[in-house]
Amino acid sequence: MSAIAKSPWVVHFNCSSCNGCDIEFLACLTPFYDVERLGILHVGNPKHADVLVVTGSVNHRTARVLKNVYDMIPSPKVVVAMGVCSSSGGIFAEGYNVLGGIDKVIPVDVFVPGCPARPEAMLDGILKAAAILDRKAREGTGVATVSAAKPVINLVPLAADAAPAPAAP
Amino acid sequence: MISWDQVAIGAAALLFAPIVGALLQGVDRRLTARIQGRRGPPLLQPFYDLFKLLGKEQLIVNRMQIVYAWLHLTFMAATVMMLALGQDSLMLLFVLAFSTLSLVIGGMCVRSPYSRIGSQREILLMVAYEPVLVLMVVGFYLVNHSFSIATIWQADQPLMMRLPLLFVALLAVAAIKLQKSPFDLASSHHAHQEIVKGITIEYSGPGLAVLELAHFYETTLVMALLALFWATNWWIGGALALGAYLFVILLDNACARLTTLWMFKFMWTVVLGLALTNIIWLYLSIQHIL
Ligand code: SF4
Repeated sequence: MSAIAKSPWVVHFNCSSCNGCDIEFLACLTPFYDVERLGILHVGNPKHADVLVVTGSVNHRTARVLKNVYDMIPSPKVVVAMGVCSSSGGIFAEGYNVLGGIDKVIPVDVFVPGCPARPEAMLDGILKAAAILDRKAREGTGVATVSAAKPVINLVPLAADAAPAPAAP
Repeated sequence: MISWDQVAIGAAALLFAPIVGALLQGVDRRLTARIQGRRGPPLLQPFYDLFKLLGKEQLIVNRMQIVYAWLHLTFMAATVMMLALGQDSLMLLFVLAFSTLSLVIGGMCVRSPYSRIGSQREILLMVAYEPVLVLMVVGFYLVNHSFSIATIWQADQPLMMRLPLLFVALLAVAAIKLQKSPFDLASSHHAHQEIVKGITIEYSGPGLAVLELAHFYETTLVMALLALFWATNWWIGGALALGAYLFVILLDNACARLTTLWMFKFMWTVVLGLALTNIIWLYLSIQHIL
């Protein structure tokens, strides 16, 4: 195992979550679960992070921000979608403003199911992400990022943008 | 003339100081976790963090910033080397100030407001602790009639006997230098805070690794400065420094981060007062007035 698998620093982004997943994620930091014993640190700055943890589905407003945060993380990096919302849109999938899971906007490496995902599942997800991080670091396949001086503002048009809003049932 | 002995001592200091510093930080993180009822990371965690950062991509906002990070590291390593070689303590202070200033300028040369706030706070911290360090050097001079650190080693009475209050004042400086609560205003080591690690915010990957390495040197330097107060016996000196480290960790866990103004008032009244009292008492006793 390389050093990167032993110190995955996590930045947490609340895309448009109901806060259920966020509270469960914060529970991972408490002495009961204590993520730091695995070398995991919760950082507030994407430039220091290796793992991007996203909770909540992505909508028109947050898509740009999410892409921006993703671009600011230096590679190698991995993305963990926490909870069904960030995996597929969850119960908000039908919302008029919701684009769906975060994989519509950025590449996702690990999906953690659950509504909300349990802290144990989250820990498991981050450790899986750390293994992927390790592999990416070794193969040098981490996605190269654009320069942080020029954040990506214009997203590629998404399919969901073009399609008409689903009719109310 | 520089002898081979000196070269060897300097090289050894450069090599081992960061290792000692990283181990101390590993102990700190583990101890802090235990105090909070957690298990804590492995002892070697600071090494893993460092090697991980070295292998990451570097996102550069401003090239000068990286230069300043390297300057910070170089000057910090130079202070450790000067201390190991028993050089002039006043000069050591200046080099240390240069090192911290490079960090401040590095934080100032990007446009991130968090970075700027962090830098400004670092300047305030410097203004708060530099007088105490200067008084420490004055104390060294009054006791040994020389600024050279080598004379402290050769003295037959430990500095602690003549400068006890200054040692107490230095504990506060150590807490600032090690970025501990209640003084961790510019950038704190664990978790994030209201200014998101302030001064280091725009560094990533290897740039951040350089700062981490500099902090390892800084930790060793602070420990060595504290150990200097009992330089007649290195075991007691080491125990003294480790005790001080333990105290700073306990303080870190017992305190919240306080405001800059509070820090400033505290440093310029209580801490500076302690140091000044010590110096005045020392001066009077040397002049045989007391
Ligand atoms: S998965 Fe459930 S708990 Fe998590 S954000 Fe979505 S609705 Fe909330």
